Amino acid sequence: MNIKELAEKSSRLSPGHLTCSGCGIPLAVRTVLRSIAGPVVVVGATGYLEVTTTIFPYTSWECPFIHSAFENAAASASGICAAVEFLKKNTSKKSPEPTIVVFGGDGGTYDIGLQSLSGALERGHNLLYICYDNEAYMNTGVQRSSATPLGAWTTTSEVGKRALGKPTQRKNLTRIIAAHGITYTAQASISHLTDLSAKVEKALTFPGPKFINILQPCTTGWKFAPSQTVTVARLAVETRFWPLYEVVGDKTQVTVAVPEPRPVEDFLKAQGRFKHLFEPQRQGEVLTQIQAGVDQEWQRLAKNATI
Amino acid sequence: MKTNNPSKTQVLALTGAQATTEAMRQVNPAVVAAYPITPQTPIIEGFAGMVADGLVATELIRVESEHSALSAVVGAQASGVRAMTASSSAGLALMFEVLGVASGLRLPIVMSIANRALSSPINIHCDHSDTMGVREQGWLQIYSENPQEVYDHTLLALKLAEHPEVQLPIMVCQDGFITSHATERVATLADETVQQFIGPYQPQTNLLDNKKPETLGPLALPNSQMEIKELQMGAANRALGVYPQVAKELETITKRGYPAIEAFNLDKAGVAIVTLGSTAGTVKHTIGKSKVGLLKIRLFRPFPYKKVKEALGHCQKVIVLDRTPTYGAGAPLYLDVKSALYGLENPPVVESIIFGLGGRDFGPEDIESLLQNR
Repeated sequence: MNIKELAEKSSRLSPGHLTCSGCGIPLAVRTVLRSIAGPVVVVGATGYLEVTTTIFPYTSWECPFIHSAFENAAASASGICAAVEFLKKNTSKKSPEPTIVVFGGDGGTYDIGLQSLSGALERGHNLLYICYDNEAYMNTGVQRSSATPLGAWTTTSEVGKRALGKPTQRKNLTRIIAAHGITYTAQASISHLTDLSAKVEKALTFPGPKFINILQPCTTGWKFAPSQTVTVARLAVETRFWPLYEVVGDKTQVTVAVPEPRPVEDFLKAQGRFKHLFEPQRQGEVLTQIQAGVDQEWQRLAKNATI
Repeated sequence: MKTNNPSKTQVLALTGAQATTEAMRQVNPAVVAAYPITPQTPIIEGFAGMVADGLVATELIRVESEHSALSAVVGAQASGVRAMTASSSAGLALMFEVLGVASGLRLPIVMSIANRALSSPINIHCDHSDTMGVREQGWLQIYSENPQEVYDHTLLALKLAEHPEVQLPIMVCQDGFITSHATERVATLADETVQQFIGPYQPQTNLLDNKKPETLGPLALPNSQMEIKELQMGAANRALGVYPQVAKELETITKRGYPAIEAFNLDKAGVAIVTLGSTAGTVKHTIGKSKVGLLKIRLFRPFPYKKVKEALGHCQKVIVLDRTPTYGAGAPLYLDVKSALYGLENPPVVESIIFGLGGRDFGPEDIESLLQNR
């Protein structure tokens, strides 16, 4: 679908939700849900999406939505999938089968929910898991997660006399998920909505578990102006900090080629969370490590991918 | 385990675990999600066999943890179908968070528990520290004395949980190994009778209905949390009134009466022992026709305070046996019994005994020596 066609579909998330201005989450959620035909059931992990859309007695959801806890979204979805499977086999009533979509942030997916997600993937439930990755615990006030990149400031990876933000590289979750051997795994970004939409449509042609990891810049946690969300996300792609690709079976395909990547510094400089790497003096060693990390991940991907 | 001719009432030789499995087969839930943990394992092993043999229509999810077991069951039951699970000890402790989710979402889930000690030290044998530790998570709790009760309680529990006035999850507890692995005679009902008794599931929540989309598990702020919790507390209190109706309904089919509390030799007793689970059987056997009475607590949550007060008010001494360690405060059953007796003009002296931790045998000789010293 092109942008115009996408915009004409029902997003199933009404206006009036309470995300910050400039938040990338609604872009991700609406694009995903607009790309799905027929009924859906949404499962939300505890996180910013859930708290900003379900403040009792109001709800922003025009489709069924369930939130249970932080670490168990994939397990909750497993139970829903099993109920759907049971009804399919045991009732004569023929109603269209809903698509089970899970939304979790990086906290609920990379960290506390990784076990239940891994279990659900291994068991082969027919679900689409979407991680909206904003690289820290934004809902609780910007604490580091295993998705936080090297050198980033967070409230638990502080900058001080003896520390320059997070001292370790981020976890490559997409690679971990693909290693489960599921039918469809992809990385997407809110800067490339038609690419994201095509990925959702393609994912849903496969049975079993599907996973899409969406980079979603956070205006308050990454510290940039609300008007810059899409620009920052685009820089992540153009610097190869966040390559857009998909893994189908044993085939890896880069879906948005970046033949001449910009230096990762262009991405870092656009955000206040990396400011300490440039002011009051340039932290050359850390910047070199960040670029080396990006290069290494890209080479690892490119080795097996069609570009 | 052979289950031949399930169209008739029959007497089978079943362990407590098998009694659970047989009741689950007859309930034929849409979804079961479970994880192995000793001594609950024979329940899910037996049920997995039934799934493999096509004896049930159930979708069985072999999850990667107990936290996920209950999470999956919550997801399934919220989808408008019956879902069940079973657990023990550390597994139940891991579920703690989701227990509150299940009761807060008002999902009438039935979970079987084979009671076992909590770590540390690690010990796979029976005590009640697991279910007592989660007693305020909004689940109803029924304790079983023997495999027959395990079977009957499972059916009773389902009907109580699903009652429109209740809509709360429930734990059916049996003593790990002592009951779960002991073979006894169990009279079972015909499959059809069980289905008639439980009836088709009437869900009050159906997540799969896209025409009437519901948002479940929302964020409540201080302006609504109290009201939501008040409704939930009201439901738990109402379960006390609904319980006798459901027990009566089951009794008309089974001829086995299961009051919330069971008095034995109690009318003229000066000294009474209060306990729950398999120990009640040992106490009955030991006290025989002596002047000591027994009060067995079957329904522990909600706690039948009024009935307990009426049953024990005339005694001079009440000895409460708790199979649960307690650290710097009173044991759970003792505290509830003592509360029940508050306000009497001449209340009995209430004594707390903690026994049988980590599967320590507690036989007739122990009960005799306990009584001799008093």
